[in-house]
Order: sequence, then C-alpha cells, then structure tokens
Amino acid sequence: MRYTLAASALAALLGIGAASAQDTIKIGVILPYSGQFADGAAQLDNAIKLYVKQHGDTVAGKKLEFIRKDTGGIAPDVAKRLAQELIVRDKVDILAGFLLTPNALAAGDVSEQGKKLMVVMNAATSIITTKSPYMVRTSLTTPQLNGSLGTWAYKTGIRKVYTMVSDFGPGIDAEGAFIRAFKEAGGEIVGSVKMPVANPDFSAFVQRAKDLNPESIYIWVPGGAQPPALGKAMAERGIDPQKVKVLGQGEVTDDAALKSMGDAALGIITAFHYDPTHDSAMNKKFVADYNEAYGRNPDFFSIGGWDGMNAIYAALKKTNGNADAEALIGAVKGMAWESPRGPISIDPETRDIIQTVYIRRVEKVGGKVVNVEFDKIENVKDPVKAAMKK
Amino acid sequence: MSVTAASPHAYLERQARWTWIEVAFWAAALLPFWLTPNYLVLASQIAITALFALSLDLILGYAGIVSLGHAAFFGLGAYTAGLAAKHGWGEPITGLMLGALVAGIVGYAASLIVSRFRHLALIMITLGMGLLLKEAANSASWLTGGADGLQGVKMWPVFNTFRFDLYGYVAYTYSLIVLFLVFLVARRIIHSPFGLSLRGIRENPLRMPAVGASSRAHLRKIYTISAVMAGIAGALLAQTTETVSLASIDFERSADVLVMLILGGAGHLYGGLVGAIIFMVARDQFSGNTPQFWYFWIGTLLVAVVMFLPNGILGGLAKLVSTWRGSFWRGKS
Amino acid sequence: MIGPVIGVLFDGFAYGMLLFLLSVGLSVTLGMMNFVNLAHCAFAMLGGYVTVTLMNRFGWPFLATLPFAFLVTALVSIVFERVLYRRLYRASDLDQVLLTIGLAFVSVAVAAYVYGTIQQPVQMPSYLRGSVTVLGVGFGVYRLFLVAVALAITLLLVAALEYTRFGAQVRAAVDNQRMARGLGINVDGAFAFTFALGSGLAGLGGALAIEIVGLDPSFAFTYLIYVLIVVSVGGLGSIAGSFAAATLIGISDVAGKYYIPELGPFLIYLVMVVLLMWRPAGLFGRR
Repeated sequence: MRYTLAASALAALLGIGAASAQDTIKIGVILPYSGQFADGAAQLDNAIKLYVKQHGDTVAGKKLEFIRKDTGGIAPDVAKRLAQELIVRDKVDILAGFLLTPNALAAGDVSEQGKKLMVVMNAATSIITTKSPYMVRTSLTTPQLNGSLGTWAYKTGIRKVYTMVSDFGPGIDAEGAFIRAFKEAGGEIVGSVKMPVANPDFSAFVQRAKDLNPESIYIWVPGGAQPPALGKAMAERGIDPQKVKVLGQGEVTDDAALKSMGDAALGIITAFHYDPTHDSAMNKKFVADYNEAYGRNPDFFSIGGWDGMNAIYAALKKTNGNADAEALIGAVKGMAWESPRGPISIDPETRDIIQTVYIRRVEKVGGKVVNVEFDKIENVKDPVKAAMKK
Repeated sequence: MSVTAASPHAYLERQARWTWIEVAFWAAALLPFWLTPNYLVLASQIAITALFALSLDLILGYAGIVSLGHAAFFGLGAYTAGLAAKHGWGEPITGLMLGALVAGIVGYAASLIVSRFRHLALIMITLGMGLLLKEAANSASWLTGGADGLQGVKMWPVFNTFRFDLYGYVAYTYSLIVLFLVFLVARRIIHSPFGLSLRGIRENPLRMPAVGASSRAHLRKIYTISAVMAGIAGALLAQTTETVSLASIDFERSADVLVMLILGGAGHLYGGLVGAIIFMVARDQFSGNTPQFWYFWIGTLLVAVVMFLPNGILGGLAKLVSTWRGSFWRGKS
Repeated sequence: MIGPVIGVLFDGFAYGMLLFLLSVGLSVTLGMMNFVNLAHCAFAMLGGYVTVTLMNRFGWPFLATLPFAFLVTALVSIVFERVLYRRLYRASDLDQVLLTIGLAFVSVAVAAYVYGTIQQPVQMPSYLRGSVTVLGVGFGVYRLFLVAVALAITLLLVAALEYTRFGAQVRAAVDNQRMARGLGINVDGAFAFTFALGSGLAGLGGALAIEIVGLDPSFAFTYLIYVLIVVSVGGLGSIAGSFAAATLIGISDVAGKYYIPELGPFLIYLVMVVLLMWRPAGLFGRR
C-alpha cells in the first residue's frame, strides 16, 4: 500500500521531470551484442550508426543520445529488466533494437506500462506488435514472407510440396504461414518433417524427403551454419535445386551461405524483403556507404535498423521534437517512405510494416553466385494479424 | 579457544550461532532500497539467482552431487508458476508453492536415479536429463510457448495490495523475503545431524551406511529439497518478470549457476550468494559498456580465482583469515 | 529400399568419426590423469581457425593446413599444460572445471574479437566436393575422406599403444598410476606427451569439422557437450571405447532421425542416459 503510493508518486515526479523541456532525446538500444547473435546485433547497430552519421544527431532541435544495452542472447527476463532500467534509471524516451522475439515480447510489456515508443528493428514474430500500443516494427514478419511465398508457389504452377523446417518458434511460424497460404490457394502438402535445432545432421531428413520424390521442397532453417549444411546434404543425397524446386526464406541464401554452398545453391528460390544486390539507386548508395564505413555488405539486420532510425527521425520531425509516446506513435502510423529495400509503409491499424516481398532465385552472375530478384509481391501486410481482424 | 567437541550437539549449536558477518550481510541486503533504488529490478534478479545457487550448493557443496542439469527444476518452477498465472490463477504465494511442489515431485523422481551414480556418470546423467527436459519444453510449444516463451502471464498483487511495479520495489522485497526464509531453512538443515551426515557422504560414501546413515535415502532427501528450492527460485523469476522462456531451463542457466557457485566457493552456504552477486553485477556492468568483452573478463576472473583463491572466493578468504589469525575459522568444517 | 538407408547410415558413421577425433584426446587424458579439461573443444576450435586463416589469408590448399592444425594446437596445449594445468593435477575436480571453463570463455572471446562472430566460409578443393555413387548409393566425397582419415588415425593410435614401449607406458599409467610411477615410468612426461597428442587431434578434428558443421566462436561450447557424451559413454581412457561410443552415437542419431524424426532432438540424450545407467563407467570403462 505505502509502497505503491510511494512508487506512483515517484513515477509522477519523474514523469513530470522527463516531460519538462529537455534538449536531449534518449534512445535505449537493446540488442544481443554478445553471444551467438552478436553478428546480427553488430550489423543492426552499424546501420544505426551510419544513419546518425549521415543525418546528424539532431532532430527537430533536440539532440539524440543513445544508450546501448546487451541482453547476451535469448534472455527475456534480462531484456525486460534492461528496458525497465532504461526507462526508470536512464530516463530514455524511446526503446529500440530488439533482434530476438522472446526479448521483444518481454520488453513490450514495459513499453506499455512505461508508455514509451518502442521500435522493433528485427524480431519477426507476428504477435509482437500486439503487446504494446506504442510499438512499431520496421523489419519484417515471418508470415509476410512465407505466406507470400506460399501463394506465389501455387500461382507459378507448383502443386505439391514437402516441408522441412527447424523445430522451433520461427521455423514453425514460417511453415504454418506457408502451408496456410499454399493450401488456401489449392496446393497439397505431401509430407513434412521437423528437424532439431541443435546438432543438425540433415542427411537423414533429406533422404526422407528424397524417398517421397517430391515436386518441390520447402525449407526453413535458422541462419548461420545450417543453410550451407543443408545445401550440402541435399547435394550429397542427390536433390538438385535446378530440378526439384527448393523454396525457402531469404536467410537460407545469405552472403555467407552462398559462399559456403557455391554451385550447390544454384536454383534455390527464396522470398525475402531485402538483398544487397537489389537494383535501385538508393540501395546502391546505401551498400556503397555501408561498405566504406564497415568493410562489408549490409544485410536484413542492417536494413531493419536503418529504417527504424528513419521512422524515429521522421516521427520526431512530425511531432516537432515531442517524444511523448502517444504523439510519436500517432505520427508513425501510416507513414510511408522509400527505403533501400524498396517502398515501405507502416500499417496504421497494426503499426507493423507493409513492404514488398521479392522472389529471388540463386543464379551465377559474372562468375559469382547471387540472389537475383525475378518477381515481387507488393504492399504485403502481415497476414496473421489481418486474419485476426476478420 | 580450543575446539574440543564435547558432544556433537554442542558442536552443531556452536556452528549454528549467527556471526556478526552474517548479520551484516543480511543487513546490507536492505541497502539497495536507499542506496540504489534504480537498481531494484537487478537486485531482485540477483536475489533469485542467489537462491538458485544456494539450492545447488546444498547438493554440490554439501552432498557432493555435481549436477549440470539443475536448471531443469528452476524451469519447472518457472513454467508452473507462469502457467498458473496465464490460466487465471495469478496469486503469487500459492503460485510459488505450486511451482515448488511440481519441482519437488520431479526432483524426487529424478533423485531415485541420481542417488545411484557418482563421478562422470552422475554429471552426464544430470546433464542429459536437463537437456531432455529442455527439448521437451521446446517441443511442447502448445503448452510452453516454445522458443517465443510463455505469453499472457499476469500476476495479481501480493497479499492483494502490493502490485508488481516498474521500479521493482515489490519484486525485490518479495524476492528478498523468500530468499531469506529459504536460506534459514537451508541453514537449519546444514547445521543439523542430517547436514553432517551429508558431508560424510560427500567425503566417503562407502563408509556412511556403516555408521547408520543410509547414503541413498539421504541423497534422495537433499536432492528433493534442493529441487524444491530451485523451483521456488524459478517461480519467483516467472512472477517478478511475468515472462518464462526456454532460457529458464536451458544448459546455459545450469552452467552459469555452477560457475557462480564454484566462484563463490561451494560448501560455505554463502558461496552461492556471493558468487551470484559478483557474477550478475559484473555481467550487468558489461552489458552497458563493453558487452563483447564479457566472456574475456569472466574467463580471466575464473582462472585468477582458481590460481590464487582455490576453493572459490569464500574458501580462499577462509584460508587467508585462518592463516592470518592462526586459529580455526568457524564456518566450513 | 536398402540403398538410401546405407547412404544415411554412412553419413551417421562419418559424423561419428568426426566426434571420435574430437573426443579421443579427452578420453585418454581424463582416464590417465583424471584431469577435467573442459577447454578441450576450445583447442578443437583453435585448429579450425588455424585452417581458416591459412586457407583464406594465405591461400594454402586445404590438405596442407591439416598437419598444421594438428601441430599448432598441440604446441599451444603444451604451453598451457606447463604454465597452468600442471599446478592443478592435485586440485579438486571443481577447481579444474572452473579453470578450464574460464579458459574456454577466454578463447571464445578472443576468437570473436579476432575473427568476428560470423560463420567462417571455407571452400573445399573440388576433389573433395560432391558425391560418388557406388552401387546406386550416393556417398559424399568429403565424408569418405573424413572416414578415411579417422580410420587411419585410429589404426596409428592403436598400433602405437599396443606395439610400442611408450604405448605400453601410457597403458600402464592409465591402468594404475601409482604402480606405474613405482615402476619408474615417467608418468608426468607420458601425460604431457599424451595431452599434446590428444589436443592436437582435437585441433585436427576442429579443422575437419568446418565443412560438416561450420565454425564460429561458440564451437568451443556447442561441441563440448557431444564430446562429453562420447567420452562418458565410451569409458575414460579407452580408445576403443571412444570409437565405439562415437560410432554408436553417430549412427543411432542419424538412424533415429530417419525412422522416427519426432524423436529427433531427444535420441542422443536418451541413448546417453540409458547407456550410462546400464554401464556407469562407460562401455569400455575400467573404474
């Protein structure tokens, strides 16, 4: 009783303190800077830094200050505590970052309770943005990509698919979205198998797939060591992506995976929202600047961070520097802009990202193995939340 | 003062008296309310981890059971409390007891296996059981939320008045009180004939039945008690953070708590608490400044502690004090 | 119908051989000196990074890097043995665990700092890529290579143990250290050499593993679990034990995934727990 009174009085005082004229806007960035996701965090952070460098650290008369916190990996209790501390102790106005879904979900509660704008720059599970009315996402949702792939697959003549996915959250999400869309279009799933995340020896699973001699295979594995391992297993067991259509999400054929798989990857078809080879003047400049600053290509982590920063800057400009969560989220809803990945906008109903999903095939261009965009689906909303509305 | 043990009971009574350092330690635990009110959420998580480390100390430090899968009970407590809250029963104290109960039941079942093995086989079996449970939690995503974690955990206020707040006042008070109460129980167990027999079993398991202490039954008992405590810690975490994820039950949590315990010194009752404080505070400091170097510095710290302070920090301190004083240090026998 | 199964079982066997190479060193040193070296997979990781550096930065051919992966790791392990490990032979198990875990943490941090946290892309030479078809069954060329290397090393190790004087000394030291010392055998010297050999083999295993499981700084911990499983199931101090355990685990894991994929992640741990409950000292364990 006394505690809650004291706490709320304290909160009120601090709240007043924070809202009163401050020339600094503090942004708390929560990412897994250490641990196995550190590389993605580094790419995302690089994009943030590059954006600030190119656009200056002052917006609408206020100076931006960044406070970075490390979650160490999947640790929702840590992420939640860091978000709480950022709001309570460091008095941040905006929470940003969030590479991993469990962490984003946990921090969502804090964003709602503490009434702060939260910009999710990578985590891709649909329900994340339902956790707080002050949350906006600038990266992607898994069903956006995989649902589109499912519909597209049927449209282009594929009728039977065998699915092989990793047995954990995002994999199951992706498979679900793909199957839903594919079946709705009229397709048939001839079989499926779930593969363990740890200790992946794909040989057995690939052989099971081969036994059924499917017309096409849908795969989902987390990025890193698994895509090349799966690609090699397929080559060894005699599944040729040029003959059997192999469908997947873009991580399967990212830069590192392609380098490792080499020619074994030719023919793999993926759905993704960003590739450094995307042919637009804006993207070419983005990739060039990024390479100059960091010596490597940007990837989908980077683009999420880049567009997240863009959203923050644009929203602050619209509210004239007012960092109040209600004002900012109101400003962000419905915003549309041209990103290095293509045209994107923020859905005013769900505060989630609407973007173009590109269908790419792995081909050899100029001696190098790359993803070539050959089809696209525009203005894709997150299908899961759209279905929830009905 | 020479320690001629007149009777075992007198010895135990002497051991069980509160030293001024212990009192100071618990008084210091109240300081965060005044000194660092912005760090109370961290403090509550340290208290929870300390409780978890304490539970491991009972079996590792005192009974000699090295377990690499203790997070299984932590996770069981966490998921039970979380599920109870998710499905409508958000009362904290009963949720805590429910978590403890589930962890205890599974702990008892596991103890039937665990008490039969020693050395590497024991370590690997506990590791295997922990990993199996984690995989089960992942597979049963319809129940546990899988990799995304359990959603919809909403806690009711403690005693219907103290609502869990953003600042962590209630969380820390709640966690600290639970930690202290469980600690009292652990302390009582250690400074009892049962506790003495545990140490005997650790030192020489073959001889103990000869003095009438049934090794296996004792090990089962302490393992179950330890599982209950770990379950309480897990339930606390679920309730104070209103999240539960596979991170509560995975190998890293088991490994981290083992490291904390050995760092602080196993078998000193306070070793786990000290180790937890150092580990968590260091980790938090690194998360803000140079997260990439966390592994480097914690690794170096571990190597340094082993080279210069063997038997953990408390063990090393005890040795330092005893050599300095030239007399026997009361505490670890 | 038998055809594809053989292919899959062979893949499992090849994976088991990889585990064997990674584990045999730990099994022998643990059996000999009872020294718990949890930094063993960090040494394996080192071997992997040696190969990556030599190939990517200096353009060496893959096969040429292998002896160096072995040698560099063996040498580094000798340094650690002299400077740190030696002082802890009499220390408690927990202290050894703490020290070696600390070293493993440091190695992960150093690897991340020097090489970054990304997967190391390594291109195998063309003669090691692809697959050959024998009697209608496809066999990966690299896996055949892996099996060949592992079998060759096994034969060498067994021959050395059985037919050389040094090997006899090692066997004596593993069986009964005190007695061996009493007989005048230089147990410490034998141990140092065996430790270097075992770590070198781990380094070689790490280099060979890149193509199968990839390489990044978390390798030091990810594979430690499987190595510990092989060592405990096989029995400490036994090469035959490590071989049998690695084979068993590799094949049962793959076979399980083929026939009952729902058991996928559980099978390895179940097999381990059941085997250890049946034989706590391992299949070929002595104590």
